[in-house]
Amino acid sequence: MDLTFSIWPLVAVLVSLLAAVPIMLSNKQPNLREFWTLMAAVVKVAIVVSMLPGVLAGGGYVFTLAEVVPGVPIEFRVDAFGIFFALIASFLWLLTSIYSIGYMRALEEHAQTRYFASFAVAISATIGVAFSANLLTMYLFYEMLSLSTYPLVTHEQNAEAKSSGRKYLTYILGTSIGFALPAMLIVYTLTGTLDFTVGGILADKASASTLAVVLVLFLFGFAKAGLMPFHGWLPAAMVAPTPVSSFLHGVAVVKAGVFSILRIIFHIIGPDQLAQADIGWIVTTLASVTLLVASLIALTQDNLKRRLAYSTVGQLSYMVLGAGMLSAVGMTGGILHIGMHAFGKITLFFCAGAIYVAAGKKYISQMDGLGRQMPVTFAAFLLGALSIIGLPPLGGFISKWKLVLGAVDGGQLTLLVVLLVSSLLNAAYFLPIVYRAFFAEPPAEAASGIKEAPIFCLVPICLTAFGSLLLFFFHDTFLRLAQLALGIGG
Amino acid sequence: MEQLTSEILAKYNYWIYVVLMMIGFYAMIGKRNLVKKLIGMNIFQTAIILFFVSTGAKAGGKIPILNKYEVLEHGVNVNSIVNPLPHVLMLTAIVVGVSVTGVALAVMIRIYRKYGTLEEDEILQKIEEENG
Amino acid sequence: MNSNLHMYILAAPLLTSFFLDIFGRKKQGLIAPFVLGSLALSSALAFVVLGRVLETGPISYTVGAWLPPWGIELLVDPLSGLMLLLIAVVALIASFAALPWVRKELHDRVHLFFILYLILVAGLMGLVLTADAFNLYVLLEITSITTYGLIAMGRGRAPLSSFNYIIMGSIGASFYLLGVGYLYLLTGTLNMADIAQFLPALQGSFALGTALAFVLVGLWIKMAFFPLHGWLPMAYSQAPSGAGVMIAPLMTKVTVYLMLRLMFSFIAPGFSMYETDLQSMIVWAAAIGIISASALALGQRDLKKMLTYIIVAEVGYMVGGAWLINEPGITGTVLHIVNDALMTLCLFLAAAAIAYRTGSLKFENLTNLYQKMPLTMAAFTVGAFAMIGVPPTCGFFSKWYLLLGGIEAGQWGYVVALVFSSLVNAILFFRIIEYAYFGKGADDHGHAAIERNEAPLMILCPLLLVAVALIVVGLSSGPLVENLIKLAIPAGFLG
Repeated sequence: MDLTFSIWPLVAVLVSLLAAVPIMLSNKQPNLREFWTLMAAVVKVAIVVSMLPGVLAGGGYVFTLAEVVPGVPIEFRVDAFGIFFALIASFLWLLTSIYSIGYMRALEEHAQTRYFASFAVAISATIGVAFSANLLTMYLFYEMLSLSTYPLVTHEQNAEAKSSGRKYLTYILGTSIGFALPAMLIVYTLTGTLDFTVGGILADKASASTLAVVLVLFLFGFAKAGLMPFHGWLPAAMVAPTPVSSFLHGVAVVKAGVFSILRIIFHIIGPDQLAQADIGWIVTTLASVTLLVASLIALTQDNLKRRLAYSTVGQLSYMVLGAGMLSAVGMTGGILHIGMHAFGKITLFFCAGAIYVAAGKKYISQMDGLGRQMPVTFAAFLLGALSIIGLPPLGGFISKWKLVLGAVDGGQLTLLVVLLVSSLLNAAYFLPIVYRAFFAEPPAEAASGIKEAPIFCLVPICLTAFGSLLLFFFHDTFLRLAQLALGIGG
Repeated sequence: MEQLTSEILAKYNYWIYVVLMMIGFYAMIGKRNLVKKLIGMNIFQTAIILFFVSTGAKAGGKIPILNKYEVLEHGVNVNSIVNPLPHVLMLTAIVVGVSVTGVALAVMIRIYRKYGTLEEDEILQKIEEENG
Repeated sequence: MNSNLHMYILAAPLLTSFFLDIFGRKKQGLIAPFVLGSLALSSALAFVVLGRVLETGPISYTVGAWLPPWGIELLVDPLSGLMLLLIAVVALIASFAALPWVRKELHDRVHLFFILYLILVAGLMGLVLTADAFNLYVLLEITSITTYGLIAMGRGRAPLSSFNYIIMGSIGASFYLLGVGYLYLLTGTLNMADIAQFLPALQGSFALGTALAFVLVGLWIKMAFFPLHGWLPMAYSQAPSGAGVMIAPLMTKVTVYLMLRLMFSFIAPGFSMYETDLQSMIVWAAAIGIISASALALGQRDLKKMLTYIIVAEVGYMVGGAWLINEPGITGTVLHIVNDALMTLCLFLAAAAIAYRTGSLKFENLTNLYQKMPLTMAAFTVGAFAMIGVPPTCGFFSKWYLLLGGIEAGQWGYVVALVFSSLVNAILFFRIIEYAYFGKGADDHGHAAIERNEAPLMILCPLLLVAVALIVVGLSSGPLVENLIKLAIPAGFLG
C-alpha cells in the first residue's frame, strides 16, 4: 500500500467535532443550528467519498498528529477497512441528521442543542475509530465515543435514563479500562508497536496461551460489540431518543465495537496466528452462543425498540462469527455484514421512531392494523426486516451467503446449523410484526387520525430501505474494500 | 545477661534517646489531651537532639574553640575536640522545634476558643453535636 | 553569565512575603499585584532556567561561597528545573483563584494569608533545589509550618485538623532527621552527592538500612502514603479553598520528588538493597494503598473529601511506580508528578468555583450544576476524565507508563491496583457527573428553567486554562518524555 501524506483524514474527523462549537453557539436559532449539523454532515460525506478512489486503487492516506508514546503516535490512516466503515457511518449520519430534525421537532424535545452537539462529537469519534492507524489512536476515539454518547443515552434525564446511563457506562467504560487497556499494554510490551498491519503484528511474538488471553481480553474489552455476557447495555440504552438508537445503537457505536474487534483479529493478532494457535473456536463459540441466545430473547420482547436491540446483539455476532471462521470467504462475509446490517437495522429503527412520532406507540401488541394508516413506513420496515433475515434481493443476503459459504468451506457444520437456525429465528421475530400491521384487525377504539410521520422522517426511511435493496445489486465496491482489508486478491 | 548489660552500658546514650523517643511517641499517639500530645512532641524532638549531640562527643574531647595561630602551625588534632557540626545542626533543629511548638500553641488557642476544651474526645463530641 | 538566575526564582516570593508583612495591612490594594507579580516573575525565570539547564547542563549555586561538601549546595538539573517550573506555574494559577476566596473568607487578614502562601512557595522551591540532606529537613519544616498555619485559617474543624497534621508532620520530619543523623554518622557528610559516594562501601550494613528506613518512613508520612495518610483527608478538605488549590496539587507531589531524588542519590542500581525483597514489598504496599484509598474514596459524600482520598491513591501510584525501578516506571512517576499536580489543581479549582456559588460540596447540593455553571462543569469533566485516565488527557499517558512499568517488572498486583483504581475513579466521578447532570426531582425532564450562575472570572479563567492544559500536556507527552524526563533520570535507571 503506498501511503500519501494528507490532511484530509484529520479534517474528516474534525469537521463534526468543530461543528459542535457553532451548534452550541446557535442555541437560540434552531434553523441555523440544524444548518451547521447538515453542513458538517455533507462535508464529511464529501471528504470520505473523495478519498475512496485512491483507496480502491490500492493506496491510502496518512496523517500524524502527535508522537505521544515512543513508536506509537496519534495517527490517522485511511485504508480499505477504515474507509468502508467511514463511508457507511458518514452517509448514514447525514440521513440520521435529517431524520433527527423531523423527530426532535415533532416531539418538541428539550435540550436539542446538547443533543445535536453530542451527536456531532459522537460521529467525529466514530470516524476517528475508522481512520485510526494504530490501536492507541483507536482506543482514544473509542473512549471518546463512549463518553460523548452518555448525554444522548440519558437524554430524557429521568430516573430510567439515569439507571440506563449507569449501566451503559459500567459495561462500556468498565470493560475498555478493565480489559482492552491491559491487553493493549501487553501487546505493546511484546512488540513495541501498535500499528495496524495486514496479517497482524504478533507473529512469533507470543505463545498460544498469551494469544488466547489477549484475544479474550479484547473480545470482552470492546463491549460495544455486545458479545455475551457484556451485551446488557444495549437494550438498556434503548431509553434514548430513537434517532440515537437507530444511528448509534444500530450503526456507529455497535459497529465501532465490531470494527475494533475485527481490527484486532485482522491487523493486530492476525488470522494466521489465530489459526496456528488454534484458538479461532473461542471467537466462533462466543459469537454463536450470543447470536442464538439474543435471537431467542428478541422473540419475547414486546417493546419494538428492545426487540430491535436484541436483534442487533445477535446480528453483531454474525460479523464476529465471520471473522472467527478464519477463511477468506467467511471473513469477507463478516466485514460485508457490517454494511448490510447497518442499512437494514437503521431502516427498522427509523420506522420504530416514525411509528412513535406518528402514533405514539412503542409496543408491538399495539400495532395491529397500523400498516393501513402508515403503508410507507411498514413497507420500508418489511424491506429492512427481509434484509436482516437475509433474503434476496436485499443486501443482507449477500453477506449471509458469504458466511454460509465460509462455514461450508471450513467444514464447520455446526456453524452452518447455527446460521440457518438463527435466520429462521430472525424471520420469526420480524415477520409477525409486519403481518400484524397489515392484516390484523385494528382495535375497536383505534384512533383514526394517524397519518404518516413528518416528511423529514419519511425521506430518510425510504432512502435507507432503498439502499438495502440497491446493495444487493451494487456491492462490488464493498466487496473490493473487504478484500483489500484482508489483503487477499480479487 | 551480662553481655546485654555491657552492650547497653556501652551505648547508653543511644538507649536513652530511644527510651525518650518512645515516651514522646506514646504521648503523641496515646494521649487524648492536646497539650499532652504537644509535650510528647517536644520530648520526641528533644530525644533526637540529644542523639545528634551525643554523636559528636568523644572521650577526652574539649570544646572546639581553637587558637588560630596554634592551628596554623600544628594543624588540628581532631581527637582533642568534639565534633561541632551536630551541635550546629541541632541549633537549627531547636529553632524549627520552637517554631512548630509556637504554631501548635496558636492553633490550640483557636481550638480552645471554639470548643472550650482541649480534650480530644470532648471536641469530637461537640463537632458531632454541631453536625447532627 | 547569570548563573545565579535560579536564586531569583526562589527570592521573588520570599522577598515579596517580607514586603507584604511590612506594608500589606495598610495597603490592601497592593497585595494582589505583588503576589501575582512575584509569582509571574518566578514562573518566567523558571522557564528560562529550565531552558538553560537543558541546553548547558546542571547549574549549581553554593550558598555563602562555602564550597560543597561543606557548604550548602543548591542544584538545578533537568528534574529540579521541571519541578521549579511546575511549582511556580501552579502557585501562580492557584493564586488567581485564591484571591477572591481569601477576600471572601478572611476579610482583613488577606495579607497574613499571602505571607504564609508565598513563604510556602519559596520553601517548596527550596526543597526542590537543595542538595543538602539537612537543609532539606529545614525546608521541609518551613513548608510544613506554613501549611499548618494556612490550614488552621479554615472554618469549622480546621484548627483541629491542623493540629493533627502538626503531630503527624512532626513525627515524619523527626524520622527523616533521625535517618539523616545515621547517614551522617556513617559517612561524615550531609551533601547528597557526597553521601552517595560512600554508600557502595556500606552495602548491606544494618545501620545503613536503618538510616534509609527512617528517611523513607519520614517522607512517606509527609506525602501521606497509605497507611500513613490519616492526617491528609481532614487537613486538605478543611483548609480554606484558597490554600487548598495550591497545597493539594503541590505538597504531596514535591515530597514524592524528594523520595525520587533520594533514591537517585542513595539507591543507585546495582546496589544490593534493590535486589532484595524490599523493592517488591514497597510496590505491594503501594498496590494495597491504591486499592484501600480508592475504596475509602467510594465512601465519601463530599466532593472535596473524595478528592483528598484520590490524592492518597495517587501517591500510591507514584511510590509504586518509582519503586518498580525500571525505565517506564520511573518515567511514569515523573510524568505523573507533573500530570497529577495539574489534574489536582483542575479539580480543586473546580471544587473551589462550585463551593463559591453553592456554599457546600455535599453531593446532594450538586444537582443541576451543568445548567448553572456549564463552563465550570466542562472543566471539571475534563479533570475527571484525566483522573480516570481517558485519552488524550494527560492522566492517560502517565498511567500508560506506570502500567507498562508494572507489566515489565512483572508486578501484577500493582497493575491490577492501577486498573482497579481507574475503574473506581470512573465510578466516583460519574457519580458526581450524574448528580450535576440530573435535576433534583429527577422527573422534571430538564425542562425547568435554571439560571446560569458561573463562578467569578478570577476562578473561572485559571480553571479553563488548566483544563485546556490537561489536554495539551497529554498530547505533548511524547516530546515531554523524550526531551525532558529522559534527561532527568540518571543514566543507571534507564534501559
